[in-house]
Amino acid sequence: MSARVAGEVILDVQSLRIGVRGEGGKPGPVLVDDVSFTLRRGEVLGLIGESGAGKSTIGLAMLGYTRPGCAITGGRMLFEGRDICAMTEADKRGLRGRYVAYIAQSAAASFNPAHTLMQQVCEIPLRDGRFTAAEIRARAIALFRELDLPDPETFGDRYPHQVSGGQLQRAMAAMAMAGRPDIVVFDEPTTALDVTTQVEVLASFRKLIRDHGTAAIYITHDLAVVAQIADDIMVLRHGRMVEHAAATEILQNPQQDYTRRLVADRAEGHAVAPAVEAVPLLQVSNVVASYSGLVRVIDGVSLTVNRGDTLAVVGESGSGKSTLARVIVGLLPREAGEIRFQGAALPPRLADRTRDQLRRVQMIYQSPDVALNPNQTLLEIIGRPVRFYFGRSHAEVRARVLELLRMMDLPEHFIDRKPAALSGGQKQRVGIARALAAEPDLIICDEVTSALDQLVGEEILRLLARLQAELGVAYLFITHDLGTVRRVANKVAVMLKGQLVAAGETRTVFAPPLHPYVELLLSSVPEMRADWLDEVLALRG
Amino acid sequence: MRIFGHRPTWLAWLGLAIITVFLAGAVFAPLIAPFDQAAVVGDAWAEAGGPYLMGLDNLGRDIFSRLLYGARMSIGLSLLITCLSFSIGVTTGFTAAIARGWVDIALSRFVDLILAMPTLIFAFVVLSVLGTDLCVLVVTLALLDSVKVFRLARALAMNIGALEYVEVARVRGEGLWWVISKEILPNALPPLIAEFGLRFTFAFLFVAALSFLGLGVQPPTADWGSMVRDYRDVIALDLPAPLYPAGAIAILTIGVNFVVDWMLSVHAQGGRRP
Repeated sequence: MSARVAGEVILDVQSLRIGVRGEGGKPGPVLVDDVSFTLRRGEVLGLIGESGAGKSTIGLAMLGYTRPGCAITGGRMLFEGRDICAMTEADKRGLRGRYVAYIAQSAAASFNPAHTLMQQVCEIPLRDGRFTAAEIRARAIALFRELDLPDPETFGDRYPHQVSGGQLQRAMAAMAMAGRPDIVVFDEPTTALDVTTQVEVLASFRKLIRDHGTAAIYITHDLAVVAQIADDIMVLRHGRMVEHAAATEILQNPQQDYTRRLVADRAEGHAVAPAVEAVPLLQVSNVVASYSGLVRVIDGVSLTVNRGDTLAVVGESGSGKSTLARVIVGLLPREAGEIRFQGAALPPRLADRTRDQLRRVQMIYQSPDVALNPNQTLLEIIGRPVRFYFGRSHAEVRARVLELLRMMDLPEHFIDRKPAALSGGQKQRVGIARALAAEPDLIICDEVTSALDQLVGEEILRLLARLQAELGVAYLFITHDLGTVRRVANKVAVMLKGQLVAAGETRTVFAPPLHPYVELLLSSVPEMRADWLDEVLALRG
Repeated sequence: MRIFGHRPTWLAWLGLAIITVFLAGAVFAPLIAPFDQAAVVGDAWAEAGGPYLMGLDNLGRDIFSRLLYGARMSIGLSLLITCLSFSIGVTTGFTAAIARGWVDIALSRFVDLILAMPTLIFAFVVLSVLGTDLCVLVVTLALLDSVKVFRLARALAMNIGALEYVEVARVRGEGLWWVISKEILPNALPPLIAEFGLRFTFAFLFVAALSFLGLGVQPPTADWGSMVRDYRDVIALDLPAPLYPAGAIAILTIGVNFVVDWMLSVHAQGGRRP
């Protein structure tokens, strides 16, 4: 290993091309096409793009790895002058962990639950025998300390299930750094975390990279996150490079139209639609619910949705916001409290509700992939509620489905397609159409944009706003994304550990004086400027 | 050509070809077979040649003809058993998974009880007590087999039942029958079909084993298991007679397994189209 000199080029990628292995002599689809960049010691390159942009494929290629069925079909990746593409399998094994380390999105899936964290953090440096066991252990403890993990001396004795998600993600960074690698590939390492946790983890990562002078590739779909950590940003789309410039340049002076849309959509705020008249639609009072009577997931929650309202229920994972939705629709019977719909009491159990009560509350789900039966056509999926609730004839059902498809801006010939032939955003539109087919008064939207790419999610939000203006339907928006809340909701309810900590008009709740938890949440949402993280950390001391 | 939207591998094609040949042999046995299965047409253990494709057996019956008629009995019985066991197993398994609660507990514990007993011994006891009637044989084996189908069907329905499109149907107010037949069954079909093939070979081997032990199909009706039993002694005399039925059992089992393996591998890839 050569001496570490800051600024020296450590990785030189030239017209990298990665594709799916073709069958019968024909080349398969190209996943990454003609991507070039150089990485210097101490430099962080952010790779940003929507799903399918090829960013993870590039990240894995730095380890000499391609997913099964794929292959590097062109270009060179020179690591300290040696071409990774030309390495033997044994050389690549030597490269991984020691020179290039990888941090994956899901730390929970990357740790073996049967071994302690220390065993797993020390595994790679122990294997190549550069250090003694005591040296590595001391190094691991030092890393735990640098990453602000609790009780660094004994933290490593715990098992993966004994630490929180944010801690596990940091333990994974310790595992990557334990082998003193030259390059670390971060693949969406904070995407699965709550915003408040994300801030802490991001700060730890940045400190680690700076203190060690390690070069890093930071992959994410969130431009605001990468802006806090990267020196340079490369925007990718469909496997091709759209724009590559310094982080501040990308944020302040984007050259390409696509980059401009990525930067702009976050910044632009939509008007909050006020409710026309305050006619109560859904009244939830003092509702208590638990799973198998053990843990109270909902603990005395009260809220009201008026006709035409958009009420956002926000909270971090485990706050009980999705459970609240299940209680309202009756999937999880409440234990105490009352739910009234249009003035009439709703029975706790699904089985006790009338068909009309069921029809009036519909739901849209987070992942359209599992919310649509893969074996049914759109006619069956969207047409079933029409037939079930209104008993229409086949011809009427078909006409209604076509009408709904038009409302969703979906082509009419999709009617005989199955979900597999649709994109993520199109599937979500089908989910919306199915909910509207029941002609409901209230639609519960459970994290409807979080599984979608940023721009696609924006379109779905715009569609929902348009439908509300046309049909006057009320929404109960369950989300962890505060940016969404401010744009779409006129009312907001903030949940923490099964209880409401703040509720009311959005402009009141989100304006000073702020509830301390609301303030913490609001300040944790990454903003699209490079010095946001510094400011937040400075404020929190 | 594609089957269920997937292109079979060459091994799968081989398996399909074997199954087709054997099924054709079984269905058209009376047309193809040169002699009746019970007809004595010559000397015992006459060598192959002339009209006797595989020679004659211990009583002077044509082995080739008996093999064809035996295919009817062996394959027919196994199919009957497997169909019956799937009807019982899938219905009860799905019901247990959807109904949950005491229905699931009662059915599952009963199934555990049956699984705890060695199948062959259990079948022995039942068949010795109730007699070796074909009907008793089919029902007994189907019931014994259905507990294994129950396990798979219950697990599948549990997994699929947790998916949101099933939740959507329940929240809409759909009945149990709709949820099972429209939402769960179509999505559980690929693994169930693969399991059907696998269970068929087990039923087939089981019937052969029971017949070999004298508890299955009774003479003079031909079936491959009892043919192996009747002919086994002459292997010492260098006669190939027992190898024909034994080979038929082996080849059909392997053929079905080729197809099942392919189906399982397609399923394991998440149903992606190659």
